[in-house]
Amino acid sequence: MIEALSSEDILRLGMDFALDVVESPQCSDPLPLTLVTPLDYTKPVLPSQRRKSADIRLVARHADVYEPCDDSFALVDALLADRVNLCELQPSICLEVGCGSGYVITSLALMLNNTRKVKFIATDISEVAVKTTRATLAAHNLHADVLVADLNSGIENQVAGLVDVLVFNPPYVPTSEEEVGIGGIVSAWAGGVRGRVVIDRMLEVVDSILSSKGWFYLVTVTANNPGEICQIMRRKGFASRIVIQRSTEEESLHVLKFWRDASNESSESSGGPVVSPSGRASFLQRSLSHRLSCLVSFK
Amino acid sequence: MRLLTHNMLSCNIKGVTNGFPLAIEATTVETKEVDMNPDFLRHIFPKLEWKAFRDASHSLGVDDLPEQVDPDMLLDEEFLRRFHHALLEVHLEEGVLICPETGRRFPVSKGIPNMLLNEDEV
Repeated sequence: MIEALSSEDILRLGMDFALDVVESPQCSDPLPLTLVTPLDYTKPVLPSQRRKSADIRLVARHADVYEPCDDSFALVDALLADRVNLCELQPSICLEVGCGSGYVITSLALMLNNTRKVKFIATDISEVAVKTTRATLAAHNLHADVLVADLNSGIENQVAGLVDVLVFNPPYVPTSEEEVGIGGIVSAWAGGVRGRVVIDRMLEVVDSILSSKGWFYLVTVTANNPGEICQIMRRKGFASRIVIQRSTEEESLHVLKFWRDASNESSESSGGPVVSPSGRASFLQRSLSHRLSCLVSFK
Repeated sequence: MRLLTHNMLSCNIKGVTNGFPLAIEATTVETKEVDMNPDFLRHIFPKLEWKAFRDASHSLGVDDLPEQVDPDMLLDEEFLRRFHHALLEVHLEEGVLICPETGRRFPVSKGIPNMLLNEDEV
C-alpha cells in the first residue's frame, strides 16, 4: 500500500507543474474553460504524465455540471490510495458512470497512463456533462470514449463482463422521488429516498458489467446506509471494503470498493484486508460504527 | 466519435435482440491525427467485432481494411497504420446511428452519441 495523498497535497505538489497542453483540437467546443489559478509560466514545465490526478485548474466548468467537490476528491484520493494495486491489476477497460466534470475519469487516466493499453469510457445522462468531460480530458491531452447514456445503457451488451475498473460517484443526496433524473444539475445529486434510487439501480447491473477480476468503486454517504449496500453486494457474490472514510461539514463520505469474492487470488490482489463473507458483516459494523462515532451527520 | 466507440454501442430498447452493430448515417466526418500506439492496438484487437468495425469504416469513407484478419497481421506495420487510422483518427462528428432491428435513430452531435431512450422504450 502506498500512503494516500489528499487532493490538497496533490494540488500543492502540482503547483510547480505548468501543463504545456492547454488547448487541443478536441477542445473546439465553445465551452468556458475556467482557470482557477493563473498558470505561472516562469516555473519549469514538466511533462504532464508526471501528474497522478487531474489539474483542478484545467477542469472545464459549466453552470449545469457538478463541479469537483469533497466527494469527487474523496473518490480520486481512494483511487490514488489504491493506485499501486490498480496498476498491478492491468485493466483493459475502465468505465466511469456519471462522469460530470470529468475530474475523476481524467485522474484515473492520468494515474494509469504509463500502461498505455487502457481503454477509458465515460457516460453521463447529461449531454452538457459529457461535453464538459471531453473538454477536461482534452485539456489534459487525453481522449476517452464518451457518450450520453443512462448508467451503462447503449454499451451494456458490448462491454458486458469486460470492465476491469468501474467508478461511480452517484447522485446520493436524499431527496423526493420527483427530483431524481429531472435533468440539469439536480440529476447530479438528487438520489430519492435515502439517496438510494440511482445507487440501487447501479447495484443491479454491476455483476453484468464487471470482468472476473473487476473492481467497483462507489461513493456513498451515511444516509445511503453503506453497510446495507455492502450486504446487498455480498448476496451478489462481492466482497467489499472501505477505501476512504471522510467527514466534511455537510456529510460523511465513504468510498467503497467491491470485488468478486469467488477466489483467494481476487481477494488478495485487492490489496485490502481480506474479510470472509461470514465475518464481513461484523467487520463492517465495527469499522463503520468506529468511524462514524465522531460524525455530525450520523443518525 | 471514434469507431472504437461505435464498436461498443448497441440499441438497448427493451425487447430488441439484434441491436448490433448500429448502421451509420454520416453527415460530417473529420480526421484528427494522433500518435500510433501499437501496444494499445494489439491489446484492443481481440476485443473488437471486426466485421462491424470494417463496415463502419466503409460508412465513413475508409476502404482499405481487409475483410479477413488474423493476429499475425498485427506484426505488419502497414496494417497497423491502417487499423490505427480507422479506429482512432477518423471521427464521426455529426450523423445518426441506426438500430438494425427497429430503425431507431440515435443522434451523434459534436462527436458525442446520445443513447438515451424515451420512457416507452425502456
